[in-house]
Amino acid sequence: MVFEVFRQERKGQPFQHAGSVTAPDEQFAEIYAREQYARRQESVALWLVPRESVHEIDEFPDEFEMKYRRVDGYSIKARLHEARERAGTLDMAPGATE
Amino acid sequence: MSARTDLLLSIADDELILGWRNSEWTGIAPFLEEDVAFSSIAQNEIGHARALYELAARELGTTADELAFDRKPSEYRSAPLVELRKLEWARTIARHWLYETADEIRLAALKASDDPEIAGLAAKIDREEAYHRMHAEMWIERLLSTEEGRSRLNEAVDELWPYALGVLDDVLRPELRARAQEQLGRVLPEVEAVPRGVHEAELAELLEEMTSVRRSAPPGSQW
Repeated sequence: MVFEVFRQERKGQPFQHAGSVTAPDEQFAEIYAREQYARRQESVALWLVPRESVHEIDEFPDEFEMKYRRVDGYSIKARLHEARERAGTLDMAPGATE
Repeated sequence: MSARTDLLLSIADDELILGWRNSEWTGIAPFLEEDVAFSSIAQNEIGHARALYELAARELGTTADELAFDRKPSEYRSAPLVELRKLEWARTIARHWLYETADEIRLAALKASDDPEIAGLAAKIDREEAYHRMHAEMWIERLLSTEEGRSRLNEAVDELWPYALGVLDDVLRPELRARAQEQLGRVLPEVEAVPRGVHEAELAELLEEMTSVRRSAPPGSQW
């Protein structure tokens, strides 16, 4: 069985995928995960999830390229620059030097 | 040498030699995850040996390295169980489990010691050994769960049983027998223990290899 291992580095932090262990059962998986992902005190907790329990989604059709639905859909940086240039307020833009 | 130092050295030697023996599986264990786990257990044992040698070294006015590497084979106090070269998985697991079980009994006695340094170190070592025992017991259960596993394990345990008894003093042996019999679900033979003090021929070969790098440089070299 393959178990996906998630580790938490410090209390309160999110668990992040660390890798996986191959083991005949949960008991072996626990020992192997401890040795591979926690023996140097690099984790305060581990989650072991049988790979079959992971429901994966990897298809996200976007036939019509509806970019406007994404937060990065429009790039306004260049247009803002142009507008400020026209208005003569470039030096008032956030982050402008002087 | 005090009885205290003698005791520290016998446990340290057991841990060092078994750590070395277990490390012989590094790279060739039955599968990758086990390779990592078993090598890690081997390293832990050697770490325990170092802590025990350091305590003994203070009393003897020497260093852990000198105790680990510069003695003659006859000066080691290890139990013959840990000296045997058993590069066969059923025997390795049988030895690992018999040793960890005996070690738990020995550590429990040491944790109750009047000597706070010994009691403290035993408690610290035992916290790590708990995972070694989990590992060993898990393998025993697994081997017992199939016909082939059971017969190979039983054969290995029968062969090693007199050696396992020799890890402990007479007074602690009945407890080892009781625990081992309970987990195996069968009665183990009444046999003479193979005691400490007699060394297996394999020990000299092991020490020859283990100290070869250290001996390649003049004594007192800084590594």
